Amino acid sequence: MTMSHAGPETIRDVRDSVRSGARSAVDVCRDALARVSASDSTLHAFHTVTADRALARAADLDRDRDRWRTAPLAGVPVALKDNLCTRGVKTTAASKILESFVPPYDATVIDRLERAGAVVIGKTNCDEFAMGSSTENSAFGPTHNPWGTNRAPGGSSGGSAAAVAARMAPLALGSDTGGSIRQPAAFCGIVGLKPTYGRVSRYGLLAFASSLDQIGPMTLTVHDAAIALNVIAGADTADATSASEPVPDYTAALTGDVRAAKIGVPWKILESGIDGEVMGAFRAALDALAARGATIVDVELPHARHAIAVYYLVATAEASSNLARYDGVRYGLRAPGALEAMYARTRALGFGAEVKRRIMLGTYVLSAGYYDAYYLKAQQVRTLITRDYERAFERVDAVAMPTSPTPAFRIGERVADPLQMYLADVFTVSANLAGLPAISVPCGFTAEKMPVGLQLTGRRFDEATLLRFADAYERDTAWWTQSPPALQEVHD
Amino acid sequence: MVAFAMPAGVTRAQVEGIAALAHLDLDPSEVELFTRQLSDVLAYVDELQQIDTNGVPPTADVASGGALDRPDEVRPCLDPADALANAPDPALDTALGAFFKVPRVIG
Repeated sequence: MTMSHAGPETIRDVRDSVRSGARSAVDVCRDALARVSASDSTLHAFHTVTADRALARAADLDRDRDRWRTAPLAGVPVALKDNLCTRGVKTTAASKILESFVPPYDATVIDRLERAGAVVIGKTNCDEFAMGSSTENSAFGPTHNPWGTNRAPGGSSGGSAAAVAARMAPLALGSDTGGSIRQPAAFCGIVGLKPTYGRVSRYGLLAFASSLDQIGPMTLTVHDAAIALNVIAGADTADATSASEPVPDYTAALTGDVRAAKIGVPWKILESGIDGEVMGAFRAALDALAARGATIVDVELPHARHAIAVYYLVATAEASSNLARYDGVRYGLRAPGALEAMYARTRALGFGAEVKRRIMLGTYVLSAGYYDAYYLKAQQVRTLITRDYERAFERVDAVAMPTSPTPAFRIGERVADPLQMYLADVFTVSANLAGLPAISVPCGFTAEKMPVGLQLTGRRFDEATLLRFADAYERDTAWWTQSPPALQEVHD
Repeated sequence: MVAFAMPAGVTRAQVEGIAALAHLDLDPSEVELFTRQLSDVLAYVDELQQIDTNGVPPTADVASGGALDRPDEVRPCLDPADALANAPDPALDTALGAFFKVPRVIG
């Protein structure tokens, strides 16, 4: 197998080469599609590859080169999680209930990517309706981790993470409700950013839990994440929860300077339940930041250990309401039968086990007699979790934790015990509950060469600081320059 | 595994009641599985009952960036043909207009 560009290729590399005319957008697009066809029968990162559309779009860019000379994503191939609506392109959310759904409109983020010069190459696999931490809950089969194909890529944005890690596209979008961008980024050795709630428009994202969902970039480098956030961030009249807060140039924040930085570590909640090699990589990452001049201090997040319990009450309650729309009337699957029976049979046939489980739990906690004990209580504890962070951010600029307590687990290992699977999100869910931005950046490998992620959580709308710290760390370590074995086989 | 004696356990009958509320036609094996799994999860989340939340307001809104208003103006929206394109049983050009059709509801 020969490839013209086998090495790591960042958004910045691709964009600069297309802008300068060193490469055509069509050439870049063909390369990306060749990588998809070489690796994806093994990895199953994609549901749909939009090869013809992508090549036609790239040819359009090449014909009108002047127009794209300063475009931030000129000719950059992009993979989109399959819960983002794409006009005229099947959008399934990895569910049988939407197996043949073709949206009549584009999500706002896709509009913005295309106006910045990006070329969409396809839709990526995920857990059904983004419910899961391994991409095993896809109705169309799991995605495999490029670092070890018997391992899960994490989830729910596992296809997006695998696509970037395997260098099929330098940019993928994911969605993050309880860690679904950051945990797969950590498992696949890439960068994943969950922006502040409201930073990026959710218009066109198939809703899971509307007070927690946020769209964000998955990239090889922190600089690339900053480029992508510049494009997708900002107010949108189609999403009333999108924020009018101004959008700074996030790439300008990447100074490498962390000398005045204060980074808090909630040591108490990191005392137990974390894999030894993950903890070793985490401590080494803190040492690297300290060596650059950052001050590492202890912070307390007394309610953080309750985040999983709160999350699985709030998220399922919202999901049970959001997924009521899949009833066989306006789109998707319809089972035969009279009206009431049709609803119940359509949903029974169309939803997988995890989605049913969460709809059931959410319906239960919202039902008469249980609402106060479960849902209301969870929303009160959510307030306490948010206050913990507010107190911590009076003293520090960011809070550091491992992204996940373990490296990527084996496919099949956790499917029988949903509660164990839920506990994989222990360090990621609180950022969603509090609406805070958080980033996962690669911080090394285990002895078995599985990637480990460092998570930094920041103040609301302070993505710039997170990106600056993560970029400074990356300058010293550059873990991203190592490529996974699945890719090496393909390119050998 | 969580022990079988759960303070917050749900019964089969409750699971069947919830399934009816959620419009989910579960088969008997699913009812049994969800009875066990929902009990496990509810036993786990029971830890929240120990937290003192007296006087703590429930989180109602995480959008701190100022929710976005827009002028209340009539704007173009989806064409009826596009809106109906994914419908299992569309009715586009009827004498009364365009509809999503559902199975017969009464008699």
